Amino acid sequence: MQDSTSAKFLKLEEKSRRKNFFLRSFLYFILILFSLYFIFPLIVMILTSLKTMEEIRQGTLLTLPKTITLDYWKIAWGGRGYGAGDTFLRPYFWNSLKMVVPAVIFSTFLGAMTGYILTKWRFKGDSFVFLFLLFGCFIPYQAILLPMARTLGLLGISNSIFGLIFVHSIYGIPFTTLFFRNYYISIPNELIKAARIDGAGFFKIFFKILIPISSPIIVVTVIWQFTQIWNDFLFGATFSFGEHAPIQVALNNMVLSSTAVKEYNVDMAAAIIAGIPTLIVYVLAGKYFIRGLTSGAVKG
Amino acid sequence: MVALSIKDLSKNFGNTEVLKKINLEIEEGSFLVLLGPSGCGKSTLLNIIAGLETIDEGKVLIDDFNVTKVEPKDRNIAMVFQSYALYPSMTVRENIIFGLKQSKTPKDKIEIQLKKVSNFLKVDELLHRKPSQLSGGQRQRVAMGRALVREPRIFLFDEPLSNLDAKLRVEMRYEIKKLYTNLKTTMVYVTHDQIEAMSLASKIAVMNKGVIQQLDNPQKIYDKPNSLFVADFIGTPSMNFINGTLHKESQNVIFVPENENINFDISKYDFHDNFHEGQEVILGLRPEYLSSIKNSENVSINLMMRPSIIETTGFDKNVTFNFANTEIIGRFSPNSGVSLDSDIDVCFDLSNVSIFDKKTELRI
Amino acid sequence: MFKWIERNLPKIVLAPSVGLISWFVYGFVLWTLYISFTKSKILPRYEFWGVGNYIKLWNTHKWYIAIENLFIFTILFLIICTILGVILAIFLDQKIRAEGALRTIYLYPMALSFIVTGTAWKWILNPTLGIQKLMNDWGFENFTFDWLVNRDMAIYTIVIAAVWQSSGFVMAMFLAGLRSIEDEIIKAAKIDGAGLFTVYWKIIIPMMRPVFFSSFVILIHISIKSYDLIVALTAGGPGISTTMPALFMTQTAFHKSQVALSAASAIMMFMAVAAVIIPYLYSELRKENAR
Repeated sequence: MQDSTSAKFLKLEEKSRRKNFFLRSFLYFILILFSLYFIFPLIVMILTSLKTMEEIRQGTLLTLPKTITLDYWKIAWGGRGYGAGDTFLRPYFWNSLKMVVPAVIFSTFLGAMTGYILTKWRFKGDSFVFLFLLFGCFIPYQAILLPMARTLGLLGISNSIFGLIFVHSIYGIPFTTLFFRNYYISIPNELIKAARIDGAGFFKIFFKILIPISSPIIVVTVIWQFTQIWNDFLFGATFSFGEHAPIQVALNNMVLSSTAVKEYNVDMAAAIIAGIPTLIVYVLAGKYFIRGLTSGAVKG
Repeated sequence: MVALSIKDLSKNFGNTEVLKKINLEIEEGSFLVLLGPSGCGKSTLLNIIAGLETIDEGKVLIDDFNVTKVEPKDRNIAMVFQSYALYPSMTVRENIIFGLKQSKTPKDKIEIQLKKVSNFLKVDELLHRKPSQLSGGQRQRVAMGRALVREPRIFLFDEPLSNLDAKLRVEMRYEIKKLYTNLKTTMVYVTHDQIEAMSLASKIAVMNKGVIQQLDNPQKIYDKPNSLFVADFIGTPSMNFINGTLHKESQNVIFVPENENINFDISKYDFHDNFHEGQEVILGLRPEYLSSIKNSENVSINLMMRPSIIETTGFDKNVTFNFANTEIIGRFSPNSGVSLDSDIDVCFDLSNVSIFDKKTELRI
Repeated sequence: MFKWIERNLPKIVLAPSVGLISWFVYGFVLWTLYISFTKSKILPRYEFWGVGNYIKLWNTHKWYIAIENLFIFTILFLIICTILGVILAIFLDQKIRAEGALRTIYLYPMALSFIVTGTAWKWILNPTLGIQKLMNDWGFENFTFDWLVNRDMAIYTIVIAAVWQSSGFVMAMFLAGLRSIEDEIIKAAKIDGAGLFTVYWKIIIPMMRPVFFSSFVILIHISIKSYDLIVALTAGGPGISTTMPALFMTQTAFHKSQVALSAASAIMMFMAVAAVIIPYLYSELRKENAR
């Protein structure tokens, strides 16, 4: 009796080992298949940007370039050298940079302050205030485009970098508040109480106690805001045009420009250039990026 | 019949040896407690018995079957977890019968088992609730029900009472003891709480750093601990340890405490090993053997000492004295008139001491 | 005086944020609402016209196309992203080597702007030189893929690009959710004899209900706001076959100079988002207060 049961167990073990192997292989197969789907566009963009139009017309999306040439990158970045009608990314890249940095700083700072107050200086109705601010994350910006266009005009900052800084700073507040509030709420209140007993006041507690331990959430917030603002198109296209436009608007203009001959290689190079900053941030600080996504969404 | 047998079991996590050549055997119907501090390997051992962990070396046998490579569901075991691990999206009823459904038990048998168990554990009224709607004690009972319903050969418990508050813990400990008394199924129970171990176990395995220090019934472990570790781990307040040396004086054996001009006559002590003249040892004396009451039948010695700390427990006074370069605690009755201001007559009852070699820390 | 400031300092410092949002969010929405009730064309004219614009809106053919597209897109987007995200999350949860690298690959599209995504996919789906040519040159000579210029199929190209961009997000949310499940439940299920599939289907996925809910809300919200991607990928075309509410709003305001009508469409978008978000926020906050 003992032998037949052992034999049964041995067979069970064999079967499960075989099943395991099959399952694991299937798992890896599917995962790799999907990673191809995700990587495909990036590879196509890179390859296309390195080929001549002749090669592009004769080959396929995946054919390798005969010689690697960075000419089209240079054109996408710096233009062809002749005057009117030549759109290239360089000035708009700097526009975006000039716009992003102040907007990120302003909205992050304000969000940190607001999150601090809402969690450490509670008052009646503070949950309502938080909800009130939070809703700002979700509104479709179409509902404020018209008034904002008018207001920027009235303030004299329409069609300017400053106008865009203004807009992005304000509409970043709900997001930055969300991040800091969720982070500060899990910091024990005892820390604040101890500081108050030691005689620290409102600002001192903020700058000397909370900020030093806020680096994870500051990174998350800065990455999030940088990505959102750098990638923005709607505000850029609505509130600026011509030489004050940010990079995504310039990219779209470049691609859409109906010149006689479509230059896909330049288009792809331009797209990559427009995408590189956020891509680099993502590759270097990916886990903070993910933390931002999941904490913002799941916690509400 | 031997219900559970573990032979030469070793387990590593990466480079750390978590279990080192464990050997263990228990009879059917015993209640084995794996007792030890955090990190001693007791939970790992339990998980290995359950089949939830792999082994690097050795064998596990349940009812003489080598189950070393067998899946948990085929081992005829059931487990109760520290966090109860009830399935949150299922009702109590579905939680309990889940295992039976997985093994394709016929519907009528499921109903019979469910009724038996819910009656026994008094969870009938809770069957349609979800775990989030239950109290801690109720969840505990449902977790036991889930284990019970499969009528396993061995019950495994992984620190099931650690999440409960003190009062509830005592109640549930009682429930588990009642369960054991009624069912007489073999049980293996992991805990770091020595009071739980002492009250529940028929056999205790005291573990430390991946090794079983002593495997014995509770009274033996209490009276005759075989190492300093075991002696210190069991008993509240813990055993007093006095450094000193052993000497032979004609037919007698004398223990001389460090820094004190006294001889303790321990000739009646049951020595396992030989010792040499002047050997450095540690004398272990439990607090209950240090008090004001003198039992004239036992070998003892009286000293006048001044208390340094007095703690009242209600039924006792725990009194601390300075002696032999260390602090020792005795248990005095509340009426013994002990105070911090005066010396008191302390009786060292030497009939129940333990002697450990200072270097090896093992019982001599 | 100073005592008053000191005591109310937190509220004073809070005031700028609250003030800015009150005006630039709520105030502006109300402003837009007001415009939608007027007869404004090129410039706002502040005479009250009641709901005339809304009637006009719902009688506009282009708006109907936009709404229809929104529905088709949202449903497909929601379902495909969720299924893909859940599968990838579950597979990645199986102690895979190179999990970090795979996660990076699935998520990087979220770092790109919709314009970059749209530009890339516009090229990939190019009717003559794109995927059709690739397949043909690989031997599938009868393969055609002209969806981008096909009035009936163009909307689905947007789905393909949007799924590519956002599935990683769903995957990240579910992976976080899966990882938060305590070990002991899985152990209990193993002892109960549940196979891997049963554990996921009967135990883990039901426990993920809050994550499903959150993802749906976020995805629907992204869908309603879709603008950049469509501009870059199809510009609303061919013709108006891929137009969506956001596009309608912009075009009506700035190209067709019908500001009031545009405002009406913006308000409709706002109400659609509010209908989804408000219950969501309310339930999330209630849950948090209950804890």
